[in-house]
Amino acid sequence: MLTALILLPTAVATLLLCLPRTTPRRLILALWTATTAVELALTMTVWAGYQPDGAMQYETHVEWIPSAGVSYHIGIDGLSLPLMAMTCVLFLACAVYALRETRRVREFAALFLFLQTTCLGLFAALDLILFFLFFDLSIVAMYFIIAGWGHTAAHRAALKFFLYTFLGSLALLLGFIGLYLAADPHTFDIVELTEENPLSGRSLYGALVLLAIGVGLAVKTPTIPFHTWLPPAHTEAPTIGSVVLAGVLLKMGTYGFLRIAMPVLPGAWREYALVFVVVGVVSVLYGALVAMAQTDFKRMIAYTSVNHMGYILLAIGAAAAVDASAQSRQLAMSGAVFQMVSHGLLTGALFLLSGVLYERGRTYEMTRYSGVADRAPVFAALTGVAAFASLGLPGFSGFIAEFQILAGSLGPQPVATGLALLGILITAALLLRAMQQVFLGPTRLPALAPGAAKAFPDLRPHESAAIVPLLALGTVLGLLPRFVLDVVEPTSRTLLELLAR
Amino acid sequence: MNEMNENPLDILPEVMLAASAVIGLLLGAWLPRHRQWMVGALAVAACAAGIAAAAVAAAGPVTTAFGESFTVDPVTGASRIIILAGTLLVLGLAIGPLKANPREGEFYVLIQLATLGTLMLAGAQDLLLLAAAYLLASVPAYTLAGFRKDSAGTEAALKYYVMGALLGVVMLGGITVLLAAGRATMYPMLRTELPAASVGLVMVGTVALVAGVLFKIGGVPAHFWVPDAVQGSTAPVAAFLTTVPKIGALAALYRLVAVPLADTSIPWPDLVAVIAAASMTLGNLAAFFQQDVTRLLAYSTISQVGYLLMPIAVVGATDLDQRALLFYLAGYTITNIGAFAVVCAVPHARNIEDYRGLARERPVLTASLVVCLLGLVGTPPTAVFLGKVQVFSAAFDGGYAWLTVLAAVNTVASLFYYLRWIAPTVSQRSHRSAFTGPRTATGVACGAAAASIALGVLANPVLELLTTPLAP
Repeated sequence: MLTALILLPTAVATLLLCLPRTTPRRLILALWTATTAVELALTMTVWAGYQPDGAMQYETHVEWIPSAGVSYHIGIDGLSLPLMAMTCVLFLACAVYALRETRRVREFAALFLFLQTTCLGLFAALDLILFFLFFDLSIVAMYFIIAGWGHTAAHRAALKFFLYTFLGSLALLLGFIGLYLAADPHTFDIVELTEENPLSGRSLYGALVLLAIGVGLAVKTPTIPFHTWLPPAHTEAPTIGSVVLAGVLLKMGTYGFLRIAMPVLPGAWREYALVFVVVGVVSVLYGALVAMAQTDFKRMIAYTSVNHMGYILLAIGAAAAVDASAQSRQLAMSGAVFQMVSHGLLTGALFLLSGVLYERGRTYEMTRYSGVADRAPVFAALTGVAAFASLGLPGFSGFIAEFQILAGSLGPQPVATGLALLGILITAALLLRAMQQVFLGPTRLPALAPGAAKAFPDLRPHESAAIVPLLALGTVLGLLPRFVLDVVEPTSRTLLELLAR
Repeated sequence: MNEMNENPLDILPEVMLAASAVIGLLLGAWLPRHRQWMVGALAVAACAAGIAAAAVAAAGPVTTAFGESFTVDPVTGASRIIILAGTLLVLGLAIGPLKANPREGEFYVLIQLATLGTLMLAGAQDLLLLAAAYLLASVPAYTLAGFRKDSAGTEAALKYYVMGALLGVVMLGGITVLLAAGRATMYPMLRTELPAASVGLVMVGTVALVAGVLFKIGGVPAHFWVPDAVQGSTAPVAAFLTTVPKIGALAALYRLVAVPLADTSIPWPDLVAVIAAASMTLGNLAAFFQQDVTRLLAYSTISQVGYLLMPIAVVGATDLDQRALLFYLAGYTITNIGAFAVVCAVPHARNIEDYRGLARERPVLTASLVVCLLGLVGTPPTAVFLGKVQVFSAAFDGGYAWLTVLAAVNTVASLFYYLRWIAPTVSQRSHRSAFTGPRTATGVACGAAAASIALGVLANPVLELLTTPLAP
């Protein structure tokens, strides 16, 4: 079941590549959208059959390369399931948004479908090498998406993205090898490693492995000071590339912390939790401040991602304080997972909206726009909703996530949490300022290439169809978060128990 | 020692290749020009039969041949199969461009002789046989490098020859010194004798001996011939020179450190580790801004040598070394020849920029190129990735954590120049130049790319076979 869910997109991608070159564009796009819809339906089926008790379910464990300690081991728990569902929603939104795409559609669709496989596979992987496989292949697919369909400086940005994240992945690989050699018998299986806790009592070794894994995941997340690849990659990527990059690929980093670093290296994690707290808070504040300084709409959103990922790091760092009350740590953990889902949906929507803006005006420079709300009220309204949701207004998913994180972290890390609160203030300010700049005031639009200068049409049906569900889901999660939290909480309890060993 | 074991059946792959080379030479003298391909067909048959014979021999017990100077153990068995498979791929690359070449027959014969020398290198258990194998592997290769007879080819052959002759003499000197120190040339006897001999003497002999082996491997500091020989010779020859002799020479080096040098007090692990570090780093740095794709690949092979030397540095310190070396060798052979096959498939594209727009016109070939180049980087699920995991694990386990970290950093650096080559293929092309070339080369490229992934995914049986320990 899970294997089919993971491999179906790649199978369809192969099929697409085998189709003759004369295949109509619409057929390819329809196939793509249909596949992502089927994926979402499959995930929903999986969710329906999931028992929220914190244990691994839908496990498949097949020998792959036993002599190297590698197996094909997948399964899901309350940590991966919400992320997989979010992934499927985002990919469906991307496919819908791309319905009007005209440039080399066949390859584009195939790459996105392949990327979906890597993302779903990563969230289901229970073997370090399998995890690494999907991690690396997602980088490869994203490289080609940025380089092949990005804006003018895409090649440089794609190269930078690839080099940075690949460096991260190799640090990760070193950490994995460290774990592999420490386990007896040698294995890459996450579940076995978690049970065995091979580095308990070996503090230097544990610290080095945590350093390698931490750096690897921090590059992907991205946190200060490894975030420099993110803004150019986001700015140059095609719209839906940015959506997947921010919505899904960044979560691979934070997910890795929760899935690998925390349960396999509990001792080292507890010892160095403060580092994660500090990095988290610095990311929160620095991301917000730099976002404030941006005049490029898309770049600004990219930097708010650094800020939002910082909260997650703060929460998982704070959760390591074993002497704090179990309830607040639990709250922080659930908040971290909830933030991953919420950020995926809301940032996805924001990037799609920025794509709409670019589509109309051919620039992301906010100073070139003014009073757009007059011409495109629906677009303005949706952007407003997305911005408010993103800055954490009550009633939206962002609020639940940030509230949980901050409330949970306040007990164990009061100073850091106090500082992180400022981050919310700054993001609120910068998002409101951006809204004001672009949507209010006298109407002024960038001068365009001849022919398209006048109009700034409102959202087209396929754009609305991609954006509205994301925001609706963000709102639903904000009003009725229980159905996700019910799944997340048992698993975060299990994780905290593992951490307390 | 007295009863000479000269059963030629033990070295059937070598015998068949030698016979086929000789018959090919005679046949080539009689056949008309348009029938010279039969020599090639004979070579292909000899290689294929050799692989089969090597597989049969590998399944059998460990034996030695010719008075224990040649050993047939798992390392020999695996090396034989890899060497012959690599030669087969190179022959596949050569078929198209060589058709009706006036010296077509000679080409096949020279390739076979060089391969024969490489096979002997892999199995040699005696310093004198090692020297003979070195010469047999080198001399035909010098000729091959200059096969095109143009100025670039001549320069390539000359540089290759001068380096080879010089380091060959140094190597012979080293063998003499080791003979003086250990009073024998057989590895098992040297193993018992060398620890008792003067350290200085053994040190000097080892360094001189390793210099010759390093020339065949193409590692720093004996790497100067690689870029010029690769750029100057034809692409199939370049594929051969950068792949096949390496396999035999690395197996020989592995055997040297595992048997005669194992118990000596000279710091060979550090020596090999430093060479490995220098090879990967210098190769990468030099490859960074190359425009010519063959030159880029040449430097890439130098850096790959660095990774290949890592397991040799930890021989004896871990039980992962042999498997890591042989698996990486197999992956590297397929992937590297695959990359050269792409170069052969579009012979008019010499520079990176000439590959602009390849993806639109030749999507399958581009996919093969991407798989091979990312394979050389070590992206899963290709064979080299698993090889890298093995090699890194071995070095880490053997106490060379710094080398592992350096190798990881180098891997990232290498990504930069491989991507410089991949990036133009997906961009829009600016000028028109035909992406045409021999079909067989395209076939080899696709086959190698597919094999690289297949070997990565279905690695388990191979790994299990490679784990059998080496004969003492």
